[in-house]
Amino acid sequence: MHDKTLSELADGLAFGEFSSRELTQHLLGRIDRLDGALNSFITVTFDQALAAADAADAARAAGQAGPLTGLPLALKDIFCTRGVKTSAGSKMLDTFVSPYDATVVEKLAAAGTVSLGKTNMDEFAMGSSNENSHYGAVKNPWDLAAVPGGSSGGSAAAVAAGLVPAAMGTDTGGSIRQPAAFCGITGLKPTYGRVSRYGIIAYASSLDQAGPMARTAEDCALLLNAIAGHDLRDSTSVARGVPDYTAELDAPLTGLKIGLPREYFGEGLDPAVAATVHEAIKVYESLGATVREVSLPHTHYAIPAYYVIAPAEASSNLSRYDGVRFGHRCDNPRDLIDLYQRSRAEGFGEEVKRRILIGTHTLSEGFFDAYYKKAQQVRRLIRQDFLDAFEQVDVLMGPASPTPAFDLGANKDPVSMYLQDIYTIAVNLAGIPGISVPAGLANGRPVGLQVLGTHFAEERLLNVAHRFQQTTDWHLRRPAFAEENA
Amino acid sequence: MQWETVIGLEVHVQLATRSKIFSGASTAFGAEPNTQACAIDLGLPGVLPVLNEQAVAMAVQFGLAIHAEIPEVSVFDRKNYFYPDLPKGYQTSQMYQPIVGPGEVEISLDDGSTKRVRVHHAHLEEDAGKSLHELFSNGRGHGMTGIDLNRAGTPLLEIVSEPDMRSAKEAAAYLRAIHSIVTYLGISDGNMAEGSMRCDVNVSVRPTGQAAFGTRAEIKNVNSFRFVERAIEFEVERQVELLEDGGEVIQETRLFDPERSETRSMRTKEQANDYRYFPCPDLLPVVLDQAYVDHLRETLPELPDEKRARFQSELGLSAYDASVLSASRDMAEYFEAVKAACGDAKQAANWVQGELSGALNREGLAIADSPVSARQLGELIGRVMDDTISGKAAKQVFQALWHGEGVSADEVIEAKGLKQVTDTGAIEAMIDQVIADSPAQVAQYCDAEPEKRGKMIGYFVGQVMKASRGTANPQQVNALLKEKLDALC
Repeated sequence: MHDKTLSELADGLAFGEFSSRELTQHLLGRIDRLDGALNSFITVTFDQALAAADAADAARAAGQAGPLTGLPLALKDIFCTRGVKTSAGSKMLDTFVSPYDATVVEKLAAAGTVSLGKTNMDEFAMGSSNENSHYGAVKNPWDLAAVPGGSSGGSAAAVAAGLVPAAMGTDTGGSIRQPAAFCGITGLKPTYGRVSRYGIIAYASSLDQAGPMARTAEDCALLLNAIAGHDLRDSTSVARGVPDYTAELDAPLTGLKIGLPREYFGEGLDPAVAATVHEAIKVYESLGATVREVSLPHTHYAIPAYYVIAPAEASSNLSRYDGVRFGHRCDNPRDLIDLYQRSRAEGFGEEVKRRILIGTHTLSEGFFDAYYKKAQQVRRLIRQDFLDAFEQVDVLMGPASPTPAFDLGANKDPVSMYLQDIYTIAVNLAGIPGISVPAGLANGRPVGLQVLGTHFAEERLLNVAHRFQQTTDWHLRRPAFAEENA
Repeated sequence: MQWETVIGLEVHVQLATRSKIFSGASTAFGAEPNTQACAIDLGLPGVLPVLNEQAVAMAVQFGLAIHAEIPEVSVFDRKNYFYPDLPKGYQTSQMYQPIVGPGEVEISLDDGSTKRVRVHHAHLEEDAGKSLHELFSNGRGHGMTGIDLNRAGTPLLEIVSEPDMRSAKEAAAYLRAIHSIVTYLGISDGNMAEGSMRCDVNVSVRPTGQAAFGTRAEIKNVNSFRFVERAIEFEVERQVELLEDGGEVIQETRLFDPERSETRSMRTKEQANDYRYFPCPDLLPVVLDQAYVDHLRETLPELPDEKRARFQSELGLSAYDASVLSASRDMAEYFEAVKAACGDAKQAANWVQGELSGALNREGLAIADSPVSARQLGELIGRVMDDTISGKAAKQVFQALWHGEGVSADEVIEAKGLKQVTDTGAIEAMIDQVIADSPAQVAQYCDAEPEKRGKMIGYFVGQVMKASRGTANPQQVNALLKEKLDALC
């Protein structure tokens, strides 16, 4: 059962091959046996999961099953979940039990899905390797010496290892697409505003976006159907109709115009990754697509602009963790300043502190214009680059990451870690959607093909990814870890 | 040296919305601590603000009332600082693009003149919670502080004036004008005791004739009209003394202590926070279309200035009466209701400012809480005007109504038998009796020169009125007495 895709499992449930309880128990058993080696979950909600599975089976028996009823999944531990610890991977929130559900959580529950628990992540979603978690690093099921990527590393690893058929992630600067690529699964970052941010612990508000991570584009489409849409509780969510994202999956790609951004194939790109991506492009040509080179001239400004804007917003978003109302509080504070200083010094990890410091600095009087304002101007140029490109082509393609998954502990220097996100970060600055699709292996580690579209082009991206998966089987490959432990 | 005072005010007005500016929690005052704070007000992880449309409408109404520019786009910014009663570690405010642009407010001064005070801008922001130090003291010297977040997220309109005021009196007049505008608009209850209107005062002095401003001090937490005057008077004296002694005023924030009527240093410029303002990424810019603004303009109520002008031109009131009666919306509405009930603006004005205001002042009541309704008072005045009762009896009726002895003037008049006697026969009988009882006075009257008799008749009038217990019509009594006495002499 754990090898099946979400849509296959949906069929299995519909045809009565197994119940949601059986499926849930099977996966909970795998988590119990295997996750010790991976560390992909922070919290496993055994009791709630079985109760939800029973409710789903009852709904099905009553003839009230929807397309997702009874399907198990996991939630990145950044989604506030009522009655469940929601830590954001931080010691600061180790004791925080959310009194409310995020909109995404509410919608998935309403659709009848069964959450098995909360997955590990880089602290407050800050990281590209999942090594910045208070709960320890997550291992890549393809190679336990490798990182799963980040920040949604727990979600990616859990899906890749067959602990759960799908998981929710968030993507602020590549945090869905890069771990999806590193773990050989499919991950979609929707357009900014497509999915409500209400109840998602904020990292950088103008960039954060939730999305599905699963084996196939089809599964991502099923999940996006459930979570997309306007939310009155999130002013930045967009009031725009939600199509059936599965409707156009099979549309032919004849005449599809693919752009290859010159800047995404330059220095720093692992030749094996480049070769894999070019092979994938050939598959598309065989499906009737045409390919041309395009330019996104401001690409090299994306990382600097991101590392001004995201930390600036983060420094403010994380001010609420002050030890006063919830979260970590230091022992025996002498006075108010001591309470603030020690609670935050003890509660936050190193990378989070680094970004708070960067953000605090760039917003300071005298630096605001040089950093924050300038970065916002750059952001507009980057967005314009994409809009110009989409005048010429339907989608852009390139690598999701310059290398396959690197080894745990390999990127000690923060800046070299930041450079991992060179192909993903501009997408968040522009607010456009992107999907990472398994496209091959390099030295036994997965390589992700990234497909980008203009704002609200999710339907197109899923179609383009799905057709690739109808033609190739990279998305069906399983890491040895999952096979051995079948 | 002669010194000139320069004052600018930042007035925080709590808007009378039903729910908070960014959440659905209630804004009612006085609830148990932390019972009116939802997940959003508490700043829980993951929550997001949603702007209250009512707060926007109220801010725009204020802008229109002070003839301000209303920019098409305004933006919320975050003001970042740590404080225990500031749940998110930032206050959502408007730093760079406020909702109300430059405008002006006309103030009335004691000498009857008026002056225009420019408003730099007004912006929307959320209030913080309250830190409760007193309740948590344990009596051993190290008290605990409690946090009440009921107030957190209450919408505030901060109205920032230009430094246009030149005396404590002008500052108080400006504050009163703002109070009157917001209460007329119904966008705030203006209750200063409950903190619905709070004021920061910027004060500096400079040698008369000097163009450059002196260094200013900002006085925080000045929460009544009276305190504004006292705080400024103290601060001006302090600064002048300092300068005359060769010292320097330093830019700082000071706190007004109403118990000791003095200001004390809170923090200097060097200790000031860097608030790291930046646009709030959780809120979209507020875009106001012209139709929306026009609609609000059309539905604005009559404002104090307009009302005052109309009271003079249409109702023929004096400038003073018009100004007093239009000072607050409650006062104006009461007066207009009295006027409608009795049909005479001048009589209504006299009664509202005389008998009624006197009684209210004695009991320390606001006009909205008057035991005598405008309708009751209007009917009472009507009974004087149609000669049903005398003016003197009317005061008795007013007192009776004030103390709840009867639901209408007519009922009281009836019950107390205060109806004027206009029956000539009855009055003549009383006069005959008085004349019969006062032979000495009649003799004196007859002995007097005819031109002095006018004054002497007062004695007889008084006796007759007394005999009638005030119900005889004085004009009739006067005329009949004169006739009868003159016939006797």
